[in-house]
Amino acid sequence: MSAEVEYEPVIGLEIHVQLKTRTKMFCCCALSFGDEPNVHTCPRCLGLPGTLPVVNAQAVHYGIMIGLALGCEIAPRSQFHRKNYFYPDLPKGYQISQYDVPICGPGRLADVRIHRVHLEEDAAKLVHVGESGRIHSADRSVVDFNRGGTPLAEIVTEPDLHSADDAREWLILLRTTLRAIGVSDVNMEEGSLRCDANVSLRPKGSTTLGTKTELKNMNSFRFLAQGVKAEIERQTKLLRSGEEVSQETLHFDPASGRITSLRSKEEAHDYRYFPEPDLVPLVVDDAMLEAARAELPELPSARAERFEETLGLPRDRARDLAFRTELGDFFEAALAAGGADADPIAVANWIPALVERIGSDADPASSKVSPGALAGLAGMVAAKSVNQTAAREVLTMLVASGGDPAQIVEREGLGAIDAQDSGLAEVVAAAIAADPGAADKVRGGNMKATGPLVGYVMRETKGRADGGEITRLIREQLGL
Amino acid sequence: MSADALDLTAAAAAAAVKAGELDPGELHELYRGRAAADQLNAFSWVAPEAAADDFNRDAPLAGVPLGVKDLFCTEGVPTQSGSKILEGYRPPYTATVVEKLFEAGATLLGKTNQDEFAMGSSNENCAFGPVLNPWDSTRVPGGSSGGSAAAVAGGLVPWALGTDTGGSIRQPAAFCGIVGLKPTYGSCSRYGMIAFASSLDQAGPLTRDVTDSALLFSHMVGQDVNDSTSLAFPEQIRLPTARDLSGIRIGVPEELLGAEGGIDPGVRESFEATLELARKLGATVMPCRLPHAPHALSAYYIIAPAEASANLARFDGVRYGLRVDGDGDLTSMYSRTRAAGFGPEVKRRIMLGTYALSSGYYDAYYGTAQRVRTKIADDFKTAFADVDFIVTPTAPSTAFELGAKSADPLAMYLNDFCTVPMSLAGIPAISIPSGLSEGLPVGFQLAGPAFSENRLLEAAFALESAIGFDGSAARSGGEK
Repeated sequence: MSAEVEYEPVIGLEIHVQLKTRTKMFCCCALSFGDEPNVHTCPRCLGLPGTLPVVNAQAVHYGIMIGLALGCEIAPRSQFHRKNYFYPDLPKGYQISQYDVPICGPGRLADVRIHRVHLEEDAAKLVHVGESGRIHSADRSVVDFNRGGTPLAEIVTEPDLHSADDAREWLILLRTTLRAIGVSDVNMEEGSLRCDANVSLRPKGSTTLGTKTELKNMNSFRFLAQGVKAEIERQTKLLRSGEEVSQETLHFDPASGRITSLRSKEEAHDYRYFPEPDLVPLVVDDAMLEAARAELPELPSARAERFEETLGLPRDRARDLAFRTELGDFFEAALAAGGADADPIAVANWIPALVERIGSDADPASSKVSPGALAGLAGMVAAKSVNQTAAREVLTMLVASGGDPAQIVEREGLGAIDAQDSGLAEVVAAAIAADPGAADKVRGGNMKATGPLVGYVMRETKGRADGGEITRLIREQLGL
Repeated sequence: MSADALDLTAAAAAAAVKAGELDPGELHELYRGRAAADQLNAFSWVAPEAAADDFNRDAPLAGVPLGVKDLFCTEGVPTQSGSKILEGYRPPYTATVVEKLFEAGATLLGKTNQDEFAMGSSNENCAFGPVLNPWDSTRVPGGSSGGSAAAVAGGLVPWALGTDTGGSIRQPAAFCGIVGLKPTYGSCSRYGMIAFASSLDQAGPLTRDVTDSALLFSHMVGQDVNDSTSLAFPEQIRLPTARDLSGIRIGVPEELLGAEGGIDPGVRESFEATLELARKLGATVMPCRLPHAPHALSAYYIIAPAEASANLARFDGVRYGLRVDGDGDLTSMYSRTRAAGFGPEVKRRIMLGTYALSSGYYDAYYGTAQRVRTKIADDFKTAFADVDFIVTPTAPSTAFELGAKSADPLAMYLNDFCTVPMSLAGIPAISIPSGLSEGLPVGFQLAGPAFSENRLLEAAFALESAIGFDGSAARSGGEK
């Protein structure tokens, strides 16, 4: 391979979502997180001899809701299989999963096709006792069966993603969608959302797929992006130096940024799948479909469409708001508070500034800024009664201590200088007099040279003047 | 207590208790004494002396003692499934059918020995020693429910529970001269039965006569929320009263009576004599076809080991049962535990099953076996359009000598030639004693369509009355 070849990354995701049911997938034990070890167990989820699984109807309901939310075909009759392998976190020696007939078939979320969604049970948790907490240097390993048997939906995408950032963005959309329908906590840190990525490269323009590697269990959106980026770089380097990518399962260590091999293709398990004889086929009838459909709220992708088409927001802004439920909710609350006069685009434009001030992961609803305050501020800017710079200052004050933006403007004297106020024309004249060089350049057609003149006026007016008005006055006074 | 109590069937004993003619405590002690002095190795555990208020005189089964095959979980009572890997294991819960029988007033007398994990036809595959046949202690009682069959035939218990996967109730019933019913798959809950092959295992009664069989079975049936493969039995189970077989069409399948079955002359003679009796009782005896039945044994020895290979994966030394320490690593702990804990026949079947499910072999073995299974079930459906019951000798021979077949697994497997087809089809079949051949009992098998147990029991009852088999010799022999 020559160094000139450009490669296109091809990425598919496999996502495990813990369902927020009351009880486990095949027994009556409560779901839990962070409780004392081995308190949520029973003969069934410990795999005691003679026990049999019983399918959790709520998990099936959630599975159908996920399928509908992702536009999947729902199988009228699907099958559970046994996936056989030995490990201490797997009490029966097999995981009950779905194999050739999953509950949900092909679908789509935004630009990514969904291959399938299936239901299965989670493994228990191994705790490695020792300083590092890693298996290799552990003194011993103990098993906590609280998690064992938690219902999981595994969502598998087609390889439709082409960059680490796209993968991250899409996963955020998926999380929003799942959170909106209320089937999971979808918390990556707590493991209720887990993501593996299949990564391969191919020469740009090619349609055949290269050899893929599987990057395991990245437990934050950032690590997913970092891991995929690192793997793309690793594969690019290999291919550029004429080597081949070998099919293997990899582990990304976010601390060191290193990628290490967990097992090669030759070491891959033969899971010896076969139909679970302890369960009858899973039948989804019209009543179950209806019940799932009835519970679906407006989905983020539909909301983005509505923001774009009904409210006229630009596509990216519409998605930014809709794909984070709390932002979309705050935006709509602000619009409602602003009444009939509120301009959706003007209000939407203020959301990023708010997010910047409260922190990118915070929910604006729990900030000190009320939706009405944001709408009011946006309205004042649109009416030019306060300029952009001053409005940003007002927003900072709202975030710090709440309140009414109009009162803050009044109190702080941040109101815009009226365009008709002769005082502004005098300040502009003073600016021209103070910097004749700049004035000459502007006269000569260099509009960038207005910078120092505008700066002078802003300083003099403590930022209350409107930038557009200043420029207009400069041009007017210079006879342009 | 009169020794005559020993001659009472379970139904007669229950009636005597209810009539105030028999004290259940004394009945229990009579059998407990015999079970404790057991020379047949029929019991793996015998209950301690019971208190007077342990007996529910008013319940349908009126405190009559019950033998329970070791593989049924019984809370706090050793449940070892004939295996060293579960030596001393006491489960924290009781199997559904055992619980139902307790509720109906049965009293646990003891747990009975069996082939390890129900894999065998002679009871020689038992980690706790072979069980002996009460008719001749140099011979096997059949298997895998050999302990239950020997205990009932030897008068160590009035009746007992067994399980049948490919003939494990019917063949030992035949070898011991008692009645064994394998019910329709799904009619009794499997919850709490340590699984051998989940799609085939069924609990059933081993009793002195057909009336006891119907009585015990009537308290076992029923859908169980804990077993998703269980079904609601469509009708009440009645005690049989039929005196003749008028209007009944009995089919004799040539495929199971040909040379392949290797039926002994003495067995064939008894079988023909029973057919003659059936005609005298008014039945029409006619040939019928089960074209795929000769392939049943081959299909069975793929499907049953495949399911067993997964069912037995849980015995890994991690949570319960035997553990043999490894060299500080998991794999050596697993392999040493399982090497030491499982007997040779169990290992053979785990290997067979693991192979049959392996990638690349699945379709050729497991897939083909499932297709054969479907064809066999279809054969029965077709045949039952023309006949009410299908009859065969239960086993090709009478009880053989200890050790006679233990070196030749295939010869051992052929014992089930006539019983396995019904198991694969999931239909009910009953074995009744049809007479003696050279002093040893011969079994006669009747099979009917799914859920035809009432009709099957009626026909068996009419035949039983006409045959007039006397099993008392074995009960006196059991005391030796």
